[in-house]
Amino acid sequence: MLPRIAPFNRTGFARTVPELGLLLLAILVLLEGSVLPLGAASTPETNTHGEANRSGAVEGHSNHTKKAFPVLSFNYESVKLPFEISLWVLLAFLMKLGFHLVPRLSGIVPESCLLIVVGLLVGGLIRLAREEVPPVLNSKLFFYCLLPPIILDAGYFLPIRPFMENLGTILMFAVVGTLWNAFFVGGLLFAICLIPQTPVLNIGLLPCLLFGSIISAVDPVAVLAVFEEIHINELLHILVFGESLLNDAVTVVLYHLFEEFALVGSVTVLDGFLGIISFLIVALGGVLFGAIFGFLAAFTSRFTSHIRVIEPLFVFVYSYMAYLAAEMFHLSGIMALIACGAVMRPYVEANISHKSHTTIKYFLKMWSSVSETLIFIFLGVATVEGPHEWNWVFVTATVILCLVSRVIGVVGLTFVINKFRIVKLTTKDQFIIAYGGLRGAIAFSLGFLLDEHHFKMRNIFLTAIITVVFFTVFVQGMTIKPLVELLAVKKKQEAKRSINEEIHTQFLDHLLTGIEDICGHYGHHHWKDKLNRFNKKYVKGFLIVGERSKEPQLIAFYHKMEMKQAIQMVESGGGSKLASAMPSTVSMQNIQPKNQAAPLKPKERALPQLSKGREEEIRKILRTNLQRTRQRLHSYNRHTLVGDPEEEGIKDLILKKQMRIELDRKIKEMANHLTVPARTQDSPTMRRARLASGRNTDFIPAQQQKGNKNSSDPQSFTVKPSADGVPVIQVDLASPQSPDSVNLFDETGQPAQNDDQGLMMKTKSSESDKRSEKDDLRDQQKLMRCLSDPGPAAEEDEDEPFLP
Amino acid sequence: MGATQTRPEPQYQDLVEATGFSLEQIKNLHKRFEQLSGNADTISRENLERIPALANNPIKTQIIEAFFDKRNQHGNELGSYEAIGFKEFLMVMSHFRPPTLRTTEEEKEAMREEKVRFLFNMHDTDGDGKITLQEYRRVVEELLSKSGTIGQEAARAIADAAMLEVASTNVPNMGPDDFYEGITFEHFQQILKGLEMESRMHIRFLDASTAHGCCRK
Repeated sequence: MLPRIAPFNRTGFARTVPELGLLLLAILVLLEGSVLPLGAASTPETNTHGEANRSGAVEGHSNHTKKAFPVLSFNYESVKLPFEISLWVLLAFLMKLGFHLVPRLSGIVPESCLLIVVGLLVGGLIRLAREEVPPVLNSKLFFYCLLPPIILDAGYFLPIRPFMENLGTILMFAVVGTLWNAFFVGGLLFAICLIPQTPVLNIGLLPCLLFGSIISAVDPVAVLAVFEEIHINELLHILVFGESLLNDAVTVVLYHLFEEFALVGSVTVLDGFLGIISFLIVALGGVLFGAIFGFLAAFTSRFTSHIRVIEPLFVFVYSYMAYLAAEMFHLSGIMALIACGAVMRPYVEANISHKSHTTIKYFLKMWSSVSETLIFIFLGVATVEGPHEWNWVFVTATVILCLVSRVIGVVGLTFVINKFRIVKLTTKDQFIIAYGGLRGAIAFSLGFLLDEHHFKMRNIFLTAIITVVFFTVFVQGMTIKPLVELLAVKKKQEAKRSINEEIHTQFLDHLLTGIEDICGHYGHHHWKDKLNRFNKKYVKGFLIVGERSKEPQLIAFYHKMEMKQAIQMVESGGGSKLASAMPSTVSMQNIQPKNQAAPLKPKERALPQLSKGREEEIRKILRTNLQRTRQRLHSYNRHTLVGDPEEEGIKDLILKKQMRIELDRKIKEMANHLTVPARTQDSPTMRRARLASGRNTDFIPAQQQKGNKNSSDPQSFTVKPSADGVPVIQVDLASPQSPDSVNLFDETGQPAQNDDQGLMMKTKSSESDKRSEKDDLRDQQKLMRCLSDPGPAAEEDEDEPFLP
Repeated sequence: MGATQTRPEPQYQDLVEATGFSLEQIKNLHKRFEQLSGNADTISRENLERIPALANNPIKTQIIEAFFDKRNQHGNELGSYEAIGFKEFLMVMSHFRPPTLRTTEEEKEAMREEKVRFLFNMHDTDGDGKITLQEYRRVVEELLSKSGTIGQEAARAIADAAMLEVASTNVPNMGPDDFYEGITFEHFQQILKGLEMESRMHIRFLDASTAHGCCRK
């Protein structure tokens, strides 16, 4: 997002801080102005009163103006709720935009802090204007609307490999660590309450333990918000983040357990035992629900080839259903959501169209962004609202105990875990893990859920929770970045996955599995290999449509890369930008063994020469024609979203266009030895023009290869309008060679009947030269497409978090 | 332990120093060696081929070949053995040791180089110090060998693309006439830099004698 904001910065009106402040103020006033009437009607008691008032007013109004027809009337009530929601969302995003316009600020202070401050401001303004602040961080809203998008986003884009590799460690931290935190904090708080000197704090053991369980869980929202900005290495990121996701099960169980028993007043060993069973059911049940819905989604996506538009919907709705179903049974909704997203992703991605894939990605990122922003703002607002009951001892004790317990927990657990890990966790790692244990809005919402009648100390709890959340988000959130720099913690590898790395990752997998087999024990790799084989044999065939089910991972990766390249090439405007996309001048010619390259030389010299002036003319004319055709290409893209042939056609179009561009560039290079440059230099533009004209343009390269020259007769060049719209050329993307073999090389000598005849010249060339050249050039095209890193502005890998 | 112990303790000590395994690990590996060799002193290729679990592995041949490759013995010889003894077996296995908490940065670098060298030797089958296009093609073909015809067609394209990428990143400004002979070891190290071999290329070696349920020593 940042690079795109930068140009805005140059021209935007809110560049300087005073202007920005003005903008913010305007928004706040607007919000407050609309919240004023809202506030009056939002509380339940006054709601009906407001309604009655309003209807009375309307009636009175209508009595008043029975004579005249109301030309302009104001009816706020009917749009109140959507209006309110939209205004909050708008506020959230204008804030976010604002932060990025002030560049230094976003570097120092994490966004979450800024958003909380904004929330505080808004809450303050509302409070100043009226007595009451509307209860925005209503637990139902939070758990059913705000939290799921964030978790789904996290689960869908969860990097499975590092997650699975470190699953044991993550589970240890999540389960044992959270349990330890809960009991330590709860127990010690109770002990503190027992000390006679403390001011009146009459809190029983169970409520203390309940509080401990609420405050002990690391919060995924806060962790995501902060960690995304510091870019630490993958291992640490997945450890802390995975822990924050998986500790939900523990939190759910402990919360319900202690809530129930705090009412009863005592707990027995049997209850403890039941608690453990309950934990297993909650965790495994959640995962099971998620997996079931994930498989359903994958299965459904198998049949969506005719209705591509609704594909993203399946992903979202099935996941949300998984979450709700799990919540219904008091299982862990978060784990269900993670399981659903992670399970369905490989199959769904193989089935859905590229556009749907992009849609899903962007919708998820957008929704999670909205949710996160709103959560932090609401946290700020809710802080102002209260209700608060400040108790120095309790609050400071909570903060200190949380920190201490986290540190002790991490150190102790790491000591045990390192006995089982192959790559051990260093002290630096431990520090970051401990320091990254942020608390957030989930803790607050859980506290909010407590029933006030049963828990008279709810306000104290809420105050303490808010303080801890503020402390972790502000203090730890702000200082973690400089600490990471100071400690020189390994950062995330920014480089894109190249084809070499992919090949070797696969190679390593097989190698290590083989070595394990030779060593004789069933290790981690053995089971992974077994699972992969099972997946390939049974599951993929069932869930993935068509040929893709048999596609090995390496080939899938290769195609994905090609596709990305092709699309990037199209988006960056084609030929003129080619040079920047390929920083090196290496091409297939440099790699092929010499004996293959040799035959090209003698043939090339036999060709006649074209003057430079002529070349220029041709190029200019073709370029002007190109602009027309390029527009046609775009409008062609925009039309239908439904319909398979269009999608395939686009893919094909992209690939062929790129192939031609590459091919021509290659020919251009070869033409350094050639004495006729003309043919090659106008080919990219001409090629594109022909492509857009919708004709079967495939024969052109073949003719090029045969050594046919296009003479410079620009007048005879015309761009034909596209015939029927969609060129239905079935491309089987599973075999990259098919486009080449089918389209390029089968035409061996039919000149264009109705096409630009004028640009042909013939020379003699031998059959054998044709063959080797064909081969060569075919390889070249494929190669050009597969350069690993087209440049810094390339698309992000789906596995990476989206927020810049 | 009785009859299965064929080596006296001092020789284990040599191996500990040469390979870096602990005594326990060496004992376990020795048991496995004897299992594979049928209580003989050496293992041949057939012994390894007979392992049932390896049958599904697409790069089985290369793995087995790596055990018999003289280059993996930390010496300077080339060529391959017909049969290997326990020491050679252990030397090959030592390439898969993980780094410990006490490994320093230099040691990690050395370990990484050793592991990458192992991979390089696996690819460079003719031993000329370069991975040519043909050899690389063969690697990818083997990787995709279990995937039917789709695999074979794409293998060539993928290998070519990968080779081009290596050339592009390492020798970016080649003239149209230059020829990239093959991936040298330095280039190979360069392209695998992102993978951090010392943290990836390892397996767990059992310390305790749990593998065969054997009686305690």
